[in-house]
Amino acid sequence: MKEFLWLIPALPFAGFLALLLAGRSMPERLSALVGTGAVGLSAIAVLLIGIDFIGSPPPGGFHAQGLWSWVELGWFRADAALRLDALSLTMAAVVTFTAFLILVYSAEFMAGDEGYSRFFAYMDLFVAFMLVLVLADNFLFLYLGWEGVGLCSFLLIGFRYKESHTGYAARKAFIMTRAGDTAFLIGIILLAASFGTLDIQTVMEVGEGAASGQQGAIAALAALSILAGALGKSAQAPLQTWLPDAMAGPTPVSALIHAATMVAAGVYLIARTHALFELAPAVMALIAALGAATLLISGLSALVQSDIKRALAYSTMGQVGFMFLALGAGYWQAAIFHFMTHAFFKALLFLSAGAVITALGGEHDMKRMGGLRKRLPLAFWSFLIGAASLSALPLVTAGYYSKDLILKGALAGSGAFLWGAGITGAFVTALYAFRMVFLVFFGKAGADAARRTGMGIAAPLVLLSALALFSGFIGVPSFLGAVAPPPDTAAQVDTTLAGVLSALVPVLGAAAAYVVFFKRRAWVEGLPEKGFVAGLHAFLRSGWGFDRLYERLFVRPYLLAARAGREDFMDAPYAGAAKAAELLSRLLAKTQSGQVRRMRWMTIGALLALRARSYDAHGRSPSSGVAAWASARLGGPSRVVLPFWRSRSILRSSFPFWTEEIAAADGSLKPILNGCPA
Amino acid sequence: MPGIGVGIHLAVDGLGLALALLTAFLGMAAIAASWTGISERTGFFHLCLMSVIAGVMGAFLALDLLLFYVFWELMLVPMFLMIAVWGHGGRYRAALKFFIFTQAGSLLMLVSILGLYFVHGTETGIYTFDYMELLDTPMGRATEFWLMLGFLAAFAVKLPAVPFHTWLPEAHAEAPTGGSVILAGLLLKTGAYGMIRFLFPLFPNAAEAIAPAVYALAVIGIVYGAVLALGQTDLKRLIAYTSVSHMGFVLLGIFAWEGLALNGALVLMVCHGASTGALFIIAGAIEERAHTREMARMGGFWSSAPKMGGAALFFALASLGLPGLGNFLGEFLVLLGVFGVNPLLAASAALGLVASVIYSLWMVQKVFHGPALPGAAMPDIGGREAATLASMAALVLWLGLYPAPFLDRMGIKGHIGKTASGIETGSAKGTGANGLEAGRLAEHRPDMGDAPERQGGRKEK
Repeated sequence: MKEFLWLIPALPFAGFLALLLAGRSMPERLSALVGTGAVGLSAIAVLLIGIDFIGSPPPGGFHAQGLWSWVELGWFRADAALRLDALSLTMAAVVTFTAFLILVYSAEFMAGDEGYSRFFAYMDLFVAFMLVLVLADNFLFLYLGWEGVGLCSFLLIGFRYKESHTGYAARKAFIMTRAGDTAFLIGIILLAASFGTLDIQTVMEVGEGAASGQQGAIAALAALSILAGALGKSAQAPLQTWLPDAMAGPTPVSALIHAATMVAAGVYLIARTHALFELAPAVMALIAALGAATLLISGLSALVQSDIKRALAYSTMGQVGFMFLALGAGYWQAAIFHFMTHAFFKALLFLSAGAVITALGGEHDMKRMGGLRKRLPLAFWSFLIGAASLSALPLVTAGYYSKDLILKGALAGSGAFLWGAGITGAFVTALYAFRMVFLVFFGKAGADAARRTGMGIAAPLVLLSALALFSGFIGVPSFLGAVAPPPDTAAQVDTTLAGVLSALVPVLGAAAAYVVFFKRRAWVEGLPEKGFVAGLHAFLRSGWGFDRLYERLFVRPYLLAARAGREDFMDAPYAGAAKAAELLSRLLAKTQSGQVRRMRWMTIGALLALRARSYDAHGRSPSSGVAAWASARLGGPSRVVLPFWRSRSILRSSFPFWTEEIAAADGSLKPILNGCPA
Repeated sequence: MPGIGVGIHLAVDGLGLALALLTAFLGMAAIAASWTGISERTGFFHLCLMSVIAGVMGAFLALDLLLFYVFWELMLVPMFLMIAVWGHGGRYRAALKFFIFTQAGSLLMLVSILGLYFVHGTETGIYTFDYMELLDTPMGRATEFWLMLGFLAAFAVKLPAVPFHTWLPEAHAEAPTGGSVILAGLLLKTGAYGMIRFLFPLFPNAAEAIAPAVYALAVIGIVYGAVLALGQTDLKRLIAYTSVSHMGFVLLGIFAWEGLALNGALVLMVCHGASTGALFIIAGAIEERAHTREMARMGGFWSSAPKMGGAALFFALASLGLPGLGNFLGEFLVLLGVFGVNPLLAASAALGLVASVIYSLWMVQKVFHGPALPGAAMPDIGGREAATLASMAALVLWLGLYPAPFLDRMGIKGHIGKTASGIETGSAKGTGANGLEAGRLAEHRPDMGDAPERQGGRKEK
């Protein structure tokens, strides 16, 4: 089976091509069938290959498949090659299964949309690029998937292209992630130039063999740039602000971006290159710190959002923050485990939120929802399960198992401070997750719910609910290897208390949410509309003012520079020269008056200037005296001013014929010249 | 003219072949693009078009300096006429500007060519314009430097390198579509070609001496062009500024004079020719239909012309360097090669990659997305346009995904440095990491000698 590895990304890509070429003339059902079927087949391929892989593990624990030689130039070589190992298999499985369920949901959800087949084409392409990213065995090939994912997020966020704000959000997502990607590309170039290869495994091995000195510094620098790329894709501070705006896309797109593709990319990349990061403890600490910071920033922001999808977006940032915390502590398996459970419950949350939004006719504002528990039971139960798993309620939800593992790891690997941030984040997470539940499904009935959900929407919700509850029992996929930090950083820390707390805190958070947002809701609603509290509210709601800061720091100066440069100031010298030449030619044109009388004097003047060099005021060659000195010193016409009345005699001595001719011309040529246009 | 050492000496190697093929390809594209757009004096237009193409083709093949100069000038006048006769509103000014800029550069080159001719003649007693003979002309450093400057002037204006680029936006904006395709796709490449073929081999030391200054210009050009592109309101001017930015990468790749960077520059030249040419075709198609180049008066074209929108998106993605498309590969190889010479330089050039996303996305969204403006409906591209654009897309895809056949046959051999850590894996034989020594330069020449050479009959001019 393993030789069919290439089919995994190829199938969704084929689906994309089919929809691209013939989608316009396909009926909706066929488009959906092609789009969903391609990803479904890919999921089956992953399953079969996975069974084969686990059943008969290949030597070395990986199976590599070269596709074609991409670039080969002198020492530099980059192949399009795939690599199947435990990590990429886990990722591929989660990506294809989640994406398949989301696509099944979309088949009904997007019905009647004018860009129906375009939607499925983009989604297939998205999955295909993600699979390339996950399976690539070479940094450059990985980068192909990496940028492709960015492109597809741009296409899908801006899917409803007629609305201008979606275009803005799409552009923002691509540009911000591209800023990180460029750093990543520089890192790739650095690795290629230093290690002579872009083969991921070789780089890891060479890196491990050269932990000290200059090569160690190179590894640290490369790790830093990879981190920059991961921060952009995974929406971590300081490159996180594109994610809340990415809500402009249709809901299934958000589900796909948040659960299975885009934001997972950064986590995967760091997990894939963890050997490189372990050479650079400072960068590891930075990862953990940024993850914790993002966790708190986004948690507090999620707490005050009123748009249901924006709140979910902030929660994604926070959960990926958890994953970064684990990565920074060296527990990359825990991060991948949390990625898996998060994929299920986040897809579930988005899809049930989508069901609510559709039922309410496009209402996003949770303040205007309420009491939907009875009218939308399916959406209620699935959202509740999703929220419980997000909060990591102990024992019954999948989220608990992965989060518990991360928190323990953070305590052991990164110390009490970051663990404290993590446990605070866990509390805030439970608080805002249940705030959403209470706002949307409990309390006074808000807007009217209309549409009933069909099978196409119900089935994925039920399946994802089951996964969000029970996938935690799988534990860390055993073939990923035991969850253990790199030996040198492992400190023996007693994690019993941490374990109790990580079970207790989510319950506390949910209880607090019950009190604050259900029982005593009037208290929250009675908060002052002005002053410090309101200011804080607005600050948190805007995502801690990052957007405004970036607007001031980057966007406006850039736009100003672009606008100021519209006329291209480098053109100014040329334009100036052209102007000057034009002016000069005008001036000279004035002298071309065609009047011989005037021209005569000019000619005489010119001749005098020429002759003045050789004659002094007495009509003799200057051989001594002031004039000679002056002409020798200045090298030009002497400054001797000829008395006008002497000019004629000088002229006559040098050009005996000249004055006579002019005199003749004065009379005879004038009429002719005057007749010509000047 | 054997008497003064002028021969019709044509030759082709990988570099020349790649560009000559590109010339033929884009020549056809330009004709296809002018199929309906040119209604006045059609015959004369195509006469001009053909002579430009002949000039470009000749310039890519000539190995006699005077012959090269003749071809170089042959491009100029018909191009001038194409802009001045079939151009748009400000065409006279644009054409004149184009002419003055490039002519000033070419005259300086002519002076240098003559200078080299006499230097060679006095040193060796053989007065010849033949490239192969002139290669190892012994000369003093100062002489070499000044002669090199003359060539550099012509090539830098043509490329165009900042700050000699200002003729380009105007010429592009006013030129007819076919003219823009030729201008962006081919004429700019002659400058880059000249640097690779003549500047470095003839004046290796001087070129190395001036490289730092050129690096600075190239990086400034990359960023400056990208920033200014965003500020443009005229679609064709926008695309023109993107050319300035991309040719900055080419310039950087050439002056790094390192195998990977050179090949990157070559790939980028070919792909830039195809992708920018295609963007100009699309801009021309929009202009033909909507009668405007002002982006403020565009928007929402996707609804009525999805195929054109898709094509514009594709080539915009090529232009922003999406992996899998040739432009990315070119830029990547340039950066990789430059990195070995100067890491900081590569890092600052990479800023252009971020900036290119900004203008490319802005362009596509402004023109094709957004609410449809009243009267924005327009017919989608027809079969002829679709075939032209599809073949250009295929070229970009091919070079992006499977460039091996191209690089094997037409890539620039030699000069490939080694990795910074000293892992010698390639064919490099030199000692320095940056491959700039004169000794290394000689490696390039056998490549030319081995290539099939055709010696044309010597004929009287």
